[in-house]
Amino acid sequence: MTVDMSMNILIVDDYKTMLRIIRNLLKQLGFENVEDALDGSSALEKLKGGNFGLVISDWNMEPMTGLQLLKEIRSDGRLKDTPFIMITAESKTENVVAAKEAGVNNYIVKPFNAATLKSKLTSVLGNF
Amino acid sequence: MVPDSHETLDQLQQAQHEAEQPVTRADVAEILSQVLGSLDGDVSALDLQIYQELEGLVRYIQAARQEIAAIRPEDLSSEYIMSATDELDAVVGATEKATGEILDAAEAIQSIADGLDEAIQTRLVDQVTRIFEASNFQDLTGQRITKVVRVLKHIEERVGDLVAALGAEVERVRQSAGDAVAEDDKQPSEADLLNGPQLPGGGNDQDEIDRLLASFD
Repeated sequence: MTVDMSMNILIVDDYKTMLRIIRNLLKQLGFENVEDALDGSSALEKLKGGNFGLVISDWNMEPMTGLQLLKEIRSDGRLKDTPFIMITAESKTENVVAAKEAGVNNYIVKPFNAATLKSKLTSVLGNF
Repeated sequence: MVPDSHETLDQLQQAQHEAEQPVTRADVAEILSQVLGSLDGDVSALDLQIYQELEGLVRYIQAARQEIAAIRPEDLSSEYIMSATDELDAVVGATEKATGEILDAAEAIQSIADGLDEAIQTRLVDQVTRIFEASNFQDLTGQRITKVVRVLKHIEERVGDLVAALGAEVERVRQSAGDAVAEDDKQPSEADLLNGPQLPGGGNDQDEIDRLLASFD
């Protein structure tokens, strides 16, 4: 499978610092087209108005959490197949189970490193 | 004999439940006085027991108020907790600002590296990556501090309730205990899942999460 390195990636986190970190790490990996949102609601608006090949989202945000965003995506006819990686400090077993049951493609626990991000991207998108 | 002893006790309980303000010493003294005034003729063992119970109740209320007053709960709420939350908010703000500046510098180094030969570029980018990775801490410390601030605000509310209505608070604590028992019977909501970063040993590390995910396949 060939990965489209020009795909649009949406990153969602209520910490602007975290958005910068993920954006920079994605850029180092060769993904230049990265947009961001500060919570699930604004992310959903962007997703409905655009064409994104991947969502990387935090969980704990207001007013819409990452889990709610994931459920909205999976219940939307056009967006339902969009790959979704949860990237969060919530590391309890019940969190991972809830995310998996909602349809998450992979799960990264914070703090994370560049190697873990690359590994999860490869797992979800294929080798690049 | 105390003809209206049950009525008097009801009156005392009603005063405790209904009053927005706690029952005052004067209220208790008045009720006690009514009871004593109603004693007629010989005092029976039951009368004496009721009298002793009421006397004990007065002493209990007085002691509780003195203890609460001694810790100056108003100061705790308006000064110490507010000050602590402000300090913690300041820590979050200062850390965020500092992290932003570190990232500015790292991004600038990465831009400079783009124009250099490949070997040097790789070495610089590796070091910049380490800076990006280490900057994760700001998100986590921010979440941890937010959690502490939430706990402090909760304590502040509870102290306020205690100050406002000692009598009513007893009933409220009893009700919350009942609600907590009922809550335990429910399925966990998403709010129950939002606990923030876990202390060491409290959650799963990345390898454990990977194994857990794989167990679904």
